[in-house]
Amino acid sequence: MLIDKIEARANPTTHTLVALVENKPGVLNRVASLMRRRNFNIHSLAVGETEDPSVSRMTIVIDASKTNAALVERNLHKLVNVIEVQDVSNMPTVMRELALIKVSVDDAAKRGEIKQIADMFQSRVVDVAKDSMMIEVAGEETKVDSVLSILADYGILEVVRTGRIAMARGGK
Amino acid sequence: MKLTGAQIIWETLIQQGSTTVFGYPGGAILPAYDALYDYNDRIKHVLVRHEENAALAADSYFRATGKVGVCMATSGPGATNLVTGLANAMLDSSAVVAITGQVASHLVGSDAFQETDIIGITLPITKHNFLVTDINELAQTLAEAFYIARSGRPGPVLVDICKDVQQKSVDYTPVTSVELRGYKAIKPQPQKSVADKLAQAGALIESARKPIILAGQGIKHANAHDDFKAFVEKSGIPVATTLLGIGVLSEDHPLNLRMMGMHGEAYVNQAIAGADLIIAMGMRFDDRVTGNLKTYAKNARVIHVDIDAAEINKNVPADVGIVASLKDVLPPLTSMIEKRSYASWLAQISEWRGDTQSHDILQVELPQDMLLAPQVIRTIYDVTGGEVTVCTDVGQHQMWQTQYFQHKRRNQLITSGGLGTMGFALPAAIGAKFGRPQDEVWAIAGDGGFQMSIPELATVAQEELDIKIAIVNNNYLGMVRQWQELMHDRRYSSVNMWSPDFVKLAAAYGIPGIRAKTLQEAREAVQMARAHKGPYLIEFSVEQETNVFPMIQPGKSLDEMTRRPIQPAALGGGMDTVAR
Repeated sequence: MLIDKIEARANPTTHTLVALVENKPGVLNRVASLMRRRNFNIHSLAVGETEDPSVSRMTIVIDASKTNAALVERNLHKLVNVIEVQDVSNMPTVMRELALIKVSVDDAAKRGEIKQIADMFQSRVVDVAKDSMMIEVAGEETKVDSVLSILADYGILEVVRTGRIAMARGGK
Repeated sequence: MKLTGAQIIWETLIQQGSTTVFGYPGGAILPAYDALYDYNDRIKHVLVRHEENAALAADSYFRATGKVGVCMATSGPGATNLVTGLANAMLDSSAVVAITGQVASHLVGSDAFQETDIIGITLPITKHNFLVTDINELAQTLAEAFYIARSGRPGPVLVDICKDVQQKSVDYTPVTSVELRGYKAIKPQPQKSVADKLAQAGALIESARKPIILAGQGIKHANAHDDFKAFVEKSGIPVATTLLGIGVLSEDHPLNLRMMGMHGEAYVNQAIAGADLIIAMGMRFDDRVTGNLKTYAKNARVIHVDIDAAEINKNVPADVGIVASLKDVLPPLTSMIEKRSYASWLAQISEWRGDTQSHDILQVELPQDMLLAPQVIRTIYDVTGGEVTVCTDVGQHQMWQTQYFQHKRRNQLITSGGLGTMGFALPAAIGAKFGRPQDEVWAIAGDGGFQMSIPELATVAQEELDIKIAIVNNNYLGMVRQWQELMHDRRYSSVNMWSPDFVKLAAAYGIPGIRAKTLQEAREAVQMARAHKGPYLIEFSVEQETNVFPMIQPGKSLDEMTRRPIQPAALGGGMDTVAR
């Protein structure tokens, strides 16, 4: 199932929208409610603070095979708390995702192998326990997907991914 | 000046130009009603009998006047009762401000008595909503609510005000400006792109041979009906209107083909299906207008002008999409185009129209003792001279109203379009009468819809409102019965409807009334209603199984309409299903 999802993601049918929203209670609810009400399919939604504490930034990844990204953008614009929306899909953009992956280690000898894999992807081992290791991977989603598919052979116990965050290159 | 939150509510309403509020008091809104006691000389509060009708009346008040409609309710059940009315205003883009009381701010989230999350509940059915927990934000929030409701594409805004906010006091200065960081009434467009698009639209119009204009209520909201008329007359292009666009151009104008869509006349839909250019203005290609989207106007280029960017390319792809107020688009577009007339195109439409008229139900000789619902509508039109304001309910009579009544001005027909809210007619008539007291106002409802708003007869009686109420009684939920007849093999399921004696019912409210069973009685009844000063109710007993035709059945195309039978089913006429 995990591999299916990874393959689906490898299909480049996503659009990435960046929305600046007022940092007020209930704004995430309004955005989520819009997505549900209009039957928009989203892959991920990442929210966090910005350089301006009164503004939050959302990166919304749309399944463009099912949903018209331009309509999502225009509907987001209509929300009173949304300050700005940009579709950065066709711009030079840095896109990143952070993942934590907990891998089963049933044989102590495998720790070295897993460490090597992590190193090859410029990832880090952030926790080692008697029967598991935790790897931190940051990068484009395809890189996270690759690490996941290789580590799958060892037995993945738990995965958490932040969803895509994006920022256009160059000056504003 | 120190004012309580409750006083600030009324001060803001007065400052915003509100003179009428439709509402119902209760625990969490008590401080506001206490303050109202001192504002009774400046604000007329109309005590409705159910909060839903407060919201519907406020919606209708907006449609009748263009001024923001205001309704008020308490927390919990009072607020939830507003929901249908707010959804109605949302789908039909009516500027309404709803003010609800909420439990005291320290109790929010504790499941306190009559607490409900009305912000969460109304999130998808309002343009925006606010919870006010701090009196310092109250005046600003109320001003923002009015601004959002009336600007851009209008819509309902709910302000939920905690009880303690209404009770506290603060230094009050009237709010003179509203600055909302994220809100743009119209999505900003580069100046050049608008000019380019206007030029493209002009070029498409120039090269069209069979163009048609689809006019919606966006023209009315932009207050651009005069600009629209000028555009129509210079361009020479025929116009079809949506249900809510009825009256943006007088229906007796030679270029006004009248209403399109599911129950539009066949020639109107034939003209749309045959057009090579569609100029859609202030309308949103609702499914009741387009029928099957796959086959919709497939030979036409499309120019779509709407104030809401999210409507462009939503249902029908536009060759040229212009996001703007029609007030800003029509004058430059009019000066850009040549004066023209499309003789052969209009002749073709006229030929289709003649075919329609030969099928008209009113052309048929009917027995003297029979009364058809379309005759009721036409009788009201004839006897009143067609100048009255009509508020309809939803269903068959509503569609016959569009077919058999010629509307001459933009705020003459007040009807629930997008939501199709049964029970709309009577509260809408109350709202319209307060908005336009000089008008003769008629509420026209079926026996089903009327029974959803009977309690408001008490409001009519208490306010001594001069409203004429016409109940078109076919002892069925007529439109549902029609669908069951046509699409469910006459398996009539829960549509047979017993009703009280409506004339006696009205009498219990002190409202005189009469029953009419024939065309002659119908004429006399309308005359009597008009002669009486004050509210009057007429129950028209009509033939039970008359259907509304023509009809685009669900999933069908514009040119696959079911046409009117040569004579009504009651006289043995079968349906003419041949698409022509």
